[in-house]
Amino acid sequence: MFWIIQTLNSLALGGLLFMLSAGFSLIFGLMRVPNMAHGALFALGACLGYAARAEGFPFAVAAIVAAMSVGVVGAIIERTVLRALAGNELGQVLATLGIAFILADLCLVGWGGDPLQVAPPDEFSGSLRVIGAAFPKYRLAVLALSLLVAALLWLMMDRTRLGAMIRAGVDDRDMARALGIRVSMLFTMVFCVGAALVGFAGFVGAPILSIYPGLDMDMLPLALIVVILGRVGSLAGAFAGSFVTGFVYTFGQAFAADLAYVVLFLPMVAILVLRPKGLFGRVPV
Amino acid sequence: MKGLWFGAFAVSAAWPFMAPDYYVNLGSQVLYLALFALSLNLLVGHAGLVSFGQTAFFGGAAYVAALLATMAGWPPILSALAALFTSTTLAGILGALALRTTGIAFMMVTLALGQILWGLCLRWSSMTAGENGISGIVRPIVFGYEIEGARSFFYFSLAVVAIAVVCLQALIKSPYGAALEGTRDQPRRMASLGYDVWLFRWLAFVISGFWAGLAGLLFLYFHRFVSPHALSLGFSAEVLLTVIAGGVGTLAGPFVGASLLTFARYVLSGYVDRWPLVLGVVFVVIVLFMPQGIVPGLQALWTRSRSRTRGVEAPTSADGGVTG
Repeated sequence: MFWIIQTLNSLALGGLLFMLSAGFSLIFGLMRVPNMAHGALFALGACLGYAARAEGFPFAVAAIVAAMSVGVVGAIIERTVLRALAGNELGQVLATLGIAFILADLCLVGWGGDPLQVAPPDEFSGSLRVIGAAFPKYRLAVLALSLLVAALLWLMMDRTRLGAMIRAGVDDRDMARALGIRVSMLFTMVFCVGAALVGFAGFVGAPILSIYPGLDMDMLPLALIVVILGRVGSLAGAFAGSFVTGFVYTFGQAFAADLAYVVLFLPMVAILVLRPKGLFGRVPV
Repeated sequence: MKGLWFGAFAVSAAWPFMAPDYYVNLGSQVLYLALFALSLNLLVGHAGLVSFGQTAFFGGAAYVAALLATMAGWPPILSALAALFTSTTLAGILGALALRTTGIAFMMVTLALGQILWGLCLRWSSMTAGENGISGIVRPIVFGYEIEGARSFFYFSLAVVAIAVVCLQALIKSPYGAALEGTRDQPRRMASLGYDVWLFRWLAFVISGFWAGLAGLLFLYFHRFVSPHALSLGFSAEVLLTVIAGGVGTLAGPFVGASLLTFARYVLSGYVDRWPLVLGVVFVVIVLFMPQGIVPGLQALWTRSRSRTRGVEAPTSADGGVTG
């Protein structure tokens, strides 16, 4: 009973983490820049979706609003700030960190400091009986949704021209350029798609996590752990890393609540000790 | 240059007699932040390693001292020494882990390691009281000198920071410092010359952890309080901004950055309550328009104006660590 519930919880969290970190991984892989504003974009998506929901839009529409508006914000960030710092990766990291502060504080201005609850859509509220145990329907829906997102991303990366260009860019940026791929155009697109994805994840995750100040800085390290576990720029890696992290966190929480957050980092430290060279995939270390 | 330092020191020493207690306390805060930034600057500026985990040693030392004093009942001076020892040892361990990488990967790993410590202080609430932090800390008596009141704390901090400046300056001017900068600029060349690049970096990490721990103790005894905020990612970013705004790799930079940040925070807090927003904007603006920081920027201006009067071509701006 305990095991079934906790396993389902782990899977649901893993799904959410995948939607959080897939974009982070792609951006990191292609641009060599960890987007420090990723957690803030997650929180922004949650806030914008909340606002759309408060206006009376259906849940699905609110999620799309969140995704699209955060995607636009991402594209603007890439086009203005990051483009101005092209080639200066350290500067780009620091700039995204500054943007993270700005966005998080804007969320605080707009939506206040009290935690906000988002109700799941009616079809998915309540719980389902799984092999004799009651489990919230919404978490299962999130898991299913994340699998759908993973499948769509895989199709995009593996079956489309755009995906092939992104993979080429992740593999060898200079060679991709030499082949006539407009890599800087890819940067904007990947940043936009990654931001849209994390904005979407922010709102979809809101009924589980709720919205509160500090959500951004809670999510950023999670994305980082997932990407370190799964190698930068690899969707399959992000997928595996997300579920591993989901399990580690859920069971850590169940067995040692005080130390769950510390336990979360142990797989990462282990990898660091065992195979540091492979840690970041093709990002030069 | 030396004259400037003595001037700055003299002004600082006279500060408590010129300003009311409120501003003397601001001065003490500038000092501990500057010391913290100095420790980080050794890594960022001289070793070329941008760390997001420096608060682990700052906050770590503060927590160890606070816990030993309040829970175990150790006398303040003993708990302070134990805390320094702990944070330096911690720097040795975390440094050995983080230095398996460099560059952007190093930043991310130090960030993650710093988060572990933050999570420990926040979530292990039976031990650390979680979000509420630990208060009721008693200041130590150093060499029979009781540190009470704004003035005496300011002088105590000033003495500590002056010692740190002298030590760090000597370190940077030493052959070790030169070799460290060599490993920053040309790691492969240094390795082929027979220098153990890893060891030089690790030593810098440990030394920097020691001074960060000392800064953390100043912080603890100034506020008589510590909370997980002292280890947070936001605070890490703030210190990094202090270093970068002041000027990476300069000795004066951390002081300029710390004065600016502390002053801006207190002046602005009277008008707008949006510190993170201001901080974020300053961060972006500095990175975009003044990547070398204030001190190198002013130095470049100074040499340019001097060379103009002498009719010598000014050297083009030296390459800053951040733009690297």
